[in-house]
Amino acid sequence: MSKRLPRTVRLILKNRLTTTGLSVVFLLILVALLAPWIVPFPRDTVETHIKDRFLSPSSQHLFGTDELGRDVFSRVLYGSRLSLQVGAIAIGLALTIGVPLGVVAGYSGGMLDEVIMRITDVFLSFPPLLLAMAISSLLGPNLINAMIAIAIAWWPWYTRLLRSEAISVRERDFVQAARAMGASQGKIVFKHVLPNCLTPIVIQASMDFGSIMLTSAALSFLGLGAQPPTPEWGLMVSTGRTYFLTNWWIVTFPGLAIFIAVLSFNLVGDGLREILDPKMRRARR
Amino acid sequence: MTAYIIRRLGLALIVMFGVSVFTFLLTVVVPSNPAMRWVGPHAKLEQIEKARIELGLDKPVHIRYFKYISNFLRGDWGISIRTHQPVLKDIATYLPASLELIIFGMLLGFVAGIPLGIVSAVRDGTMVDHGSRVFSIVGVALPTFWLGMILQLVFFKQLGLFPLAGRVAMMTRFTSPIEHITGFYLIDSLITGNFTAFGSALSHIVLPGITLAAYPLGLSARMTRATMLEVLGEDYIRTARACGFRERRILSVYALRNAIRPVITVGALTFAYSLVETFLIESVFTWPGLGQYASRAIISVDYPAIMGVTILIAFTYVLLNLLVDLTQAFLDPRIRLG
Repeated sequence: MSKRLPRTVRLILKNRLTTTGLSVVFLLILVALLAPWIVPFPRDTVETHIKDRFLSPSSQHLFGTDELGRDVFSRVLYGSRLSLQVGAIAIGLALTIGVPLGVVAGYSGGMLDEVIMRITDVFLSFPPLLLAMAISSLLGPNLINAMIAIAIAWWPWYTRLLRSEAISVRERDFVQAARAMGASQGKIVFKHVLPNCLTPIVIQASMDFGSIMLTSAALSFLGLGAQPPTPEWGLMVSTGRTYFLTNWWIVTFPGLAIFIAVLSFNLVGDGLREILDPKMRRARR
Repeated sequence: MTAYIIRRLGLALIVMFGVSVFTFLLTVVVPSNPAMRWVGPHAKLEQIEKARIELGLDKPVHIRYFKYISNFLRGDWGISIRTHQPVLKDIATYLPASLELIIFGMLLGFVAGIPLGIVSAVRDGTMVDHGSRVFSIVGVALPTFWLGMILQLVFFKQLGLFPLAGRVAMMTRFTSPIEHITGFYLIDSLITGNFTAFGSALSHIVLPGITLAAYPLGLSARMTRATMLEVLGEDYIRTARACGFRERRILSVYALRNAIRPVITVGALTFAYSLVETFLIESVFTWPGLGQYASRAIISVDYPAIMGVTILIAFTYVLLNLLVDLTQAFLDPRIRLG
């Protein structure tokens, strides 16, 4: 054990991963916001230039051009908008369903708790990608349905989390005191229980963001998410499949974008967890 | 223990019932008309109506559910709209290919991931540790479908080491066909002494296998590291060290035995996730497995097939979960009494 690095160095190393992740996430958000003004060929989200197809990466087309002559670099940058939107909306929806149910289950207990938790168990028995695939295929393949499908696959995680938090908060002295002073149920839930559950929600949501981006890319790859000619990363990998052995750049760059985005969100999630909650050091799905 | 088993079994049954109801309801709310798909695009109105009655779609929802589930339990999972074959028969045809790939990939992932996690825990804080941690974070962030294509670019296109896709070479199918015994090509070719086919099957499974291994590898490395660190801090390890046992023995016998259990749990649950990951991997490597079948079913809204596959995977997950819980309870009295 003598080879241990000094504690400070370890912390910096650990933080370095988190800070790297955080910087990339900020960069992604910035690119997404500014995409229409900073991409070299803003019209290439919809316009095609058949005579320029399959140009390999050059100073003019950094990531080359695809099978319809569109600039891959511009489309990859544009893709950040969709990925972030899908992630944010899907998580928002999942939280909207999952959080109230979890608080109700944990705070009220009894029969209601039992029913809610068994429903949660049912949803947790489907691997998220499978459930999302089944739902978006049956609802009809488009990006909005993909987001709904992802939210339906994800809400039970938040219900579970919130329930256990609500149970532990419920018994705390200040909540008991509020109850003794005659505060209404609603007031206790909104003023005392929910604010105390915020930290675990933030941690979990930031850790899930990456997985949700992966899932939505996978849905698009299978033809169940974004539809052409949307510049969505998973879809770009999917449409590039026919040509990628002779034109490697068509799938390499959009896929790399998915990987880097997911990786940075995971790093931020991991870092947040370690900083905000030292108890939760164990790996968890 | 008996009380715990009964309670746990009861819960599993309730959840499985819920899974079947939910999956069934999903197909009821579909906006597309299954009867129209059954008869094809050029059918007349009365033919559609006739198909609707034939498929039992004119009955109320709960009656249809009970009919479906009682048939399901008797092994009649309905007829696929796309292949016009019984769904269960289709699944039996495609499942072995997927299982072979999953088992191969998961073995690969765990065999590499667990030692990586141990080394990482023992050398906590060193460059080795950081390297292996980065590796494991990367493993869970890679989009599998993309990883598969990159492997194809490098190992097929550039290096020419492995075949692009499929389960065996086209030629091998004719020169040394594989006898169907278990449906696992690697096993079937080996026990019949068909080494040409074995070589071909092995070279075909490597790339999709590695693609599938990425996630279990990252996960098992992370889990092993975390639990190993925890166990190595326990008093009994300190005592063993004080007694002068060799470090190797302490790690491999005393620490690992306790650290490995949660890893095995996660491994069992990863199996069900891998079943879904293969949907993507099989599509990239044109691997003729359940994923290919499911993808085609999804594209053609073949709802009996979608339901069959969905329920099968969800049930597998519930049963694995049950198995894991019961094993844990058997090994650890705190769980069954708690």
